[in-house]
Amino acid sequence: MTTNLTTSKADKIDRLAELTARRETASGGSLWVEALRRLRSSKMALIGGGVMAVFIVLAVIGPWIAPHDPTAQLWRDEVRVNQSIFVGPRGDNWLGLDHLGRDQLSRMLVGARQTLLVGVVATLLGFVVGVLIGGLSGAALAFGGKAGRRVDTVLMRVIDMALALPSLLLAVSIAAVLGQSLTTVMIAVGVVQIPIFARLLRGSMLAQASADYVLAARALGVRRRRIVLGHVLPNSLGPVIVQTTLALATAIIEAAALSYLGLGNPDAAQPEWGVMLAQAQRFFDQAPMMAVYPALGIIITALGFTLLGEAMREALDPKLRS
Amino acid sequence: MSLLSVDELTVTFTGRGTRDVNAVSGVSFSVDEGQVVGLVGESGCGKSVTSLALMGLLPKRGVRVGGRALFRTKGGGSTDLLTLGRSALRDLRGPQLAMIFQDPLSSLNPVVPIGVQVTEILARHRGMRGKAARDQAAHLLERVGIPDPTRRLREYPHQLSGGMRQRALIAMAVACAPRLLIADEPTTALDVTIQAQILELLKELVDDQGTALLMITHDLGVVAGLCDDVNVLYAGKVVEAAGRRPLFAAPAHPYAHGLLGSIPRLDSPRGEPLNPIRGSINDTIAWGDGCAFAPRCDFYTLACLEGAPALADLPGAEPAAHLVRCVNPVLNEAPGAGDADDAGADTESDTTKEASA
Amino acid sequence: MLRLIVRRLLQLIPTLLGLTVLLFLWIHRLPGGPASALLGERATEADRRQMEEALGLDQPMWVQYGRWMERLVQLDLGNSVRTGQPVWEEFTLRFPATVELAVTGILIAVVVGIPLGYFAARRRGGWLDVTAVSASLVGVCIPVFFLAFLLRAVFAVNLGWLPSVGRQSTGIDATEVTGFFVLDGILTGEFDASWDALEHLILPGVALASIPLAVVVRITRASVLDVLGEDYVRTAESKGLKQRVVRGRHVMRNALLPVITTVGLLTGSLLSGAVLTESVFSFNGIGSFIRTAIDIRDYPVLMGFILFIAVIYVVINLLVDLAYSLIDPRVRVN
Repeated sequence: MTTNLTTSKADKIDRLAELTARRETASGGSLWVEALRRLRSSKMALIGGGVMAVFIVLAVIGPWIAPHDPTAQLWRDEVRVNQSIFVGPRGDNWLGLDHLGRDQLSRMLVGARQTLLVGVVATLLGFVVGVLIGGLSGAALAFGGKAGRRVDTVLMRVIDMALALPSLLLAVSIAAVLGQSLTTVMIAVGVVQIPIFARLLRGSMLAQASADYVLAARALGVRRRRIVLGHVLPNSLGPVIVQTTLALATAIIEAAALSYLGLGNPDAAQPEWGVMLAQAQRFFDQAPMMAVYPALGIIITALGFTLLGEAMREALDPKLRS
Repeated sequence: MSLLSVDELTVTFTGRGTRDVNAVSGVSFSVDEGQVVGLVGESGCGKSVTSLALMGLLPKRGVRVGGRALFRTKGGGSTDLLTLGRSALRDLRGPQLAMIFQDPLSSLNPVVPIGVQVTEILARHRGMRGKAARDQAAHLLERVGIPDPTRRLREYPHQLSGGMRQRALIAMAVACAPRLLIADEPTTALDVTIQAQILELLKELVDDQGTALLMITHDLGVVAGLCDDVNVLYAGKVVEAAGRRPLFAAPAHPYAHGLLGSIPRLDSPRGEPLNPIRGSINDTIAWGDGCAFAPRCDFYTLACLEGAPALADLPGAEPAAHLVRCVNPVLNEAPGAGDADDAGADTESDTTKEASA
Repeated sequence: MLRLIVRRLLQLIPTLLGLTVLLFLWIHRLPGGPASALLGERATEADRRQMEEALGLDQPMWVQYGRWMERLVQLDLGNSVRTGQPVWEEFTLRFPATVELAVTGILIAVVVGIPLGYFAARRRGGWLDVTAVSASLVGVCIPVFFLAFLLRAVFAVNLGWLPSVGRQSTGIDATEVTGFFVLDGILTGEFDASWDALEHLILPGVALASIPLAVVVRITRASVLDVLGEDYVRTAESKGLKQRVVRGRHVMRNALLPVITTVGLLTGSLLSGAVLTESVFSFNGIGSFIRTAIDIRDYPVLMGFILFIAVIYVVINLLVDLAYSLIDPRVRVN
């Protein structure tokens, strides 16, 4: 009886010691690890990531699994636009035909790749140039003294000018100079993203630069270059990475709008959802489904990227951490 | 019956997907008119949650409140604050119960003039409008020691100094002469000299109006200078309850003993090490398994792990005068090298430090 | 207050000047060179010569810029290639229609979005919250022009509830006073004309409002959630104030600050939205005009529109900043 009691007490004491010790290690864990953990448990991130994965797989294998040649007008004589005769879904063509008698499903599958390409290239352009400008501006303002402040002022004036124009209009003016092509759409949509990335990184860097650890590093005589590249920049990238995901969604939608305005890729051999949607609008009242397929493709994909971006934003938000 | 008697108050946070957290687990105490009662403990011990529960200011969702908090109404009957309906509670807050918060800047609405924030409570509970309300508001500001009150009424919180803001908050709290005032760390965010002035002001209000004051603090200097009765909280339970003098003279719970012992003294020899309580409030075990303070306690024994100790009379003390929740209380020993009598005699807020480690 | 306005106006000058420099360079980069770009493809050689003379293409760049600016400040934006009319006149003629539409869009976004965002935040995680947040996420992902087609097909063509084209039914004989049809009807007492114009505004207005609405809902929701957690709301509750006062004076007055800024920033997306939606409904405003201008590369019109939009954008954001400083005393001080 007494032995029993003492062993159970010893257990309890062990547990007590364990509890006291564990406290030391349980807290801690870096911001990114924590964010990743929160991201994994987020339903929004799961759906967004799922949609994104499906989209990327389709973009990669689309051309191989397409049942027909997406550019050949195989059923040209079955479609009569001026008599309002369109062909809907049927055994051979699961999503029906477009206005030129081409297989819609094949065009959708092949188009996924072009759509992804436009989004990725445009976002990459915006990201790289935006991060360069924003990083330079932020570093100059925070660590460059008087001259740095001047550099920042000039850069930000330019960025603010670009922000004063509606993005669509900016894209249209760029497209006007470059002419009508897929590259034009990529550049136009990408340029529109530059000021957003730049502003975001600059703001985030300024917030980091006033943090105590930067002050401490400066007091210790760490070189400015090292502080910026080793500490401030890596710690400021969170919101920029979130923006990248959201920008992919915007890029796909903006590209569709440019196509609608007749500035998209004129090459019929390269089906792209934005161009497909723009072309289908003309027949919207007779054959709405022709527009609905590419529209759904764009909406679902953009939604996937947006959900993932929002989930990432939430995961990284220190206010929501508890 | 006391003005407010809290009986076995429990507050549990029930987050979705996470374990329930008992912030307050069975707290009992009472406050009477003209009396100042202190709730003392380090941050996280449940003292603020207790005050919010009494005011009905805890969020409705994710929180479970149990126990009773009987408040004597003007007619002589009593009402349970914890079960009162929303609108009845709204009628009570202001003229019966009022609260002063910790951080005066964030507790004032930044985009509404001070004047409106004072008159709105007069309009709500006293039906005062227009010039009458403004005059009364100016009078209130003057009473809490704000100079040039008519000008201040038109100003916004960011235009006032920290001490002024806290005075303005106090003016709002006492606007309708409440019978119970709850002050949640009212001096923590203020400079030491301002702290003393604010405490002086609160003392005056209690003396003049017979208001009951529930003082929530971690600052033993505040307790020593102001409180009649003291309840020491640890991990959601009262671990020691006594009058100010007996508590300061002979703190019986090792936690209270440690708190008082950790105060550096001006007359201690130079170079003498400080004497903190080791660990932090996170180093705890559930009350069901034993004494929550055991992991940090210098005196713990195996008996400390036999379930939660009861809050019982201190051996040798008069019944109900000095209660302690400990199986192995510290007896007849003043903390540190302290002299029992002067420890609690006067306000020492400028020599005391935050008690927690 | 006056000093604030003057200072802000002075700050605008470098931004707008920089923009004109960019635009000037843009014109020179246009395919075919500035003269033919501004005249269009059908211009004769003589026309082109004359235009080059007018632009001073043989002069140094800065002289050219000076001449061009001289004309700009006289509101001479050149002539539209398509209509041959001065661009400025084309704009002023169509301006009321687009303003009417944009105001409808903003009103829908604000009147629906703010309460929706508020109640979503009040009952966080409830069905309304989940619906509002999901809808706003979907809302920003729908291409505006597709939504316009969809709305027209469902509510105008199939159900026939609302008109599908134009600003006014044919057969309505309304007196034009200001060019704002809804307002004109009220001014002249022709309320049926007002109602008719309003009916024409609903579908394009809803399409135009989709993105602003989604944004306003989410900003309001996030802002209200922030404010509900603020200490001063708890203070207000502790004073026993009526719920109406707590919500209005203490929650909403603070929560609306970021919403106001956002609405200002949305004007840009609203005006480009007009370019995408107006043509779907054959709504004869600046938007449809620009849509056609893009189609046929009517560069003087595009150039004028870019300037026009930039000026409107900065002016509206100036007004928003002023409104902000009226509500938030912390901004007012310096």
